[in-house]
Amino acid sequence: MENEEKRNKMWAFIITGAFILISLMYYKANVFYMYLIAYIWFGFAYGMMLQYGRFCFASASRDLFAAGVPRMAVGVLVALMFFSIIQATLASTNMSTFHPAPFGIHTLIAGLIFGVGMVLSGGCASGSLYKIGEGNMTSFLAAFFGLCIGQAVFVDVKWFDFLLPQKWITSAMAKGLPADKMTSSFDTYLAGYIWDQPVLQLSHTKTMTEALPGSLKYFVADSLLNTLIPAAIILVIIYAVYMRKGFIKKRAKQKGAPTGIGDDIAGIWNMITASKRTTLMGFLIGIVAGLHILVMKGMQIKFGVDNFGRLLTKMGYTNDVSIKGTVFDPGYWYITSQEGQFGAWILEKFGWNMHDNIFFGVNNGLPEPWRNPALWMSFGIIFGAMVMARLNNEYKFKLPKGELIAWGLIGGLLMGVGSRPALGCNIGAFFIRVAGGDPSGWLYGSGMVAGAFIGVKFFNWWSERKMAKEMEAF
Amino acid sequence: MAMKFEKTGEGTYMLDVCGYVCPHPQIYCKKSLEKMSEGDVVEVILDNPSSVETITQMCDQVGNDILNKKTEGGKIYLKIKKG
Repeated sequence: MENEEKRNKMWAFIITGAFILISLMYYKANVFYMYLIAYIWFGFAYGMMLQYGRFCFASASRDLFAAGVPRMAVGVLVALMFFSIIQATLASTNMSTFHPAPFGIHTLIAGLIFGVGMVLSGGCASGSLYKIGEGNMTSFLAAFFGLCIGQAVFVDVKWFDFLLPQKWITSAMAKGLPADKMTSSFDTYLAGYIWDQPVLQLSHTKTMTEALPGSLKYFVADSLLNTLIPAAIILVIIYAVYMRKGFIKKRAKQKGAPTGIGDDIAGIWNMITASKRTTLMGFLIGIVAGLHILVMKGMQIKFGVDNFGRLLTKMGYTNDVSIKGTVFDPGYWYITSQEGQFGAWILEKFGWNMHDNIFFGVNNGLPEPWRNPALWMSFGIIFGAMVMARLNNEYKFKLPKGELIAWGLIGGLLMGVGSRPALGCNIGAFFIRVAGGDPSGWLYGSGMVAGAFIGVKFFNWWSERKMAKEMEAF
Repeated sequence: MAMKFEKTGEGTYMLDVCGYVCPHPQIYCKKSLEKMSEGDVVEVILDNPSSVETITQMCDQVGNDILNKKTEGGKIYLKIKKG
């Protein structure tokens, strides 16, 4: 036991040391890599916090439906609230890298697909990464075959051409993109549908800019109206549906008198603090995610660029960037697009041309993995979580067996597919957007919750069958 | 791969969900407790840390007592008494 603890600590130090060494090597190679180093360490911090708080967006809705436990839903809402205040502060000082997304029904549908996938695979996009760090290879299957390979294939094939309306095809053609960069079904979807959808950020609406011309609009519209009030309402609903009955019963018994509004407020506070580590990490993740935006904006100002692709070009790596000279560089916490890039990079090694589509060829580029800033953030999450799991003696290498292989693969593929149509996952399409004042984040979140409900219903049926078999003997 | 739910004595059970990831351990734990009688004890063995947090809160909410919790060799042992 003592040996195991020592071994775990040693590994934690080795991994952290390796990351410090890698950072120093990058810095020595070129000062521009400071940009990439920032992503590495924010990823590392996210990984540590996610693992410590068992912070998984899949768990937020799944555990509510499956076990009636609100701890993770509360954690996510707390993180959202704090993050939105910081986002508003940054936006008001022109230090935000946030950009809203096209708004439409596609967001809800994508969220639904992603929601089913995250329940089947056992973790959301960020959750799967931190669980890989815990040694969970089911999550590795989901991330590798679903988020990496599945996503890359999805954006490059013509398999879905039969679903494309003529209107989208006509609109896509009218955009005048190079023919060799518009070859897949997803390309037509992007150019013919997504790019035609309105973009909505509450602080930028006519009503808000007229009513609050100054920086107050970011706090009122983006933070208060789009995040704080809806999040508070959801907290109250969760309390009323899942916690109130039990809490008030206990409270009335303790007091020996009827309960009132004060007891309900105490009940909500009790729910928020029930899992201290999750709530604390929610608070910290919210703050760190905001700090991440500030640092990336600072890097952009320092180097006089709007995208890491410009720095790669300056360093001579022109093959890494898209035809716009950019690579995927969200400027904040984001998962999935970089995994798609990694999948595409692997597929290119097997002769698949991945530059012939909008996603990689026009928008996100295909940098070598070691020069991919967002991918380094994902590696940071995995190894940051591994360090935290090692320090708490919770690391265990687990190969998936039997049914878990199927759930990991199917769930991962659904997550990969579900993260593309809305241009993001539980982080990029939900967490970041909601806190940034983009209502489409709530649309994606609603889809995720509905998808999680379907996934839980399925698993309830499945486990009931297995339990019945186990209990035949007694 | 199989989960194990066994009766180990009068009013005592063992649920082994090692190898399983979320949400299976918490779902199996909830279903096992539903099938037990008040006062019965189940030892849950799992190796998915994330599930422990959920199971702990689930027990707290419905009045089940966690009598013992230990971690050995990456496995977590939870002894739960149905309340």
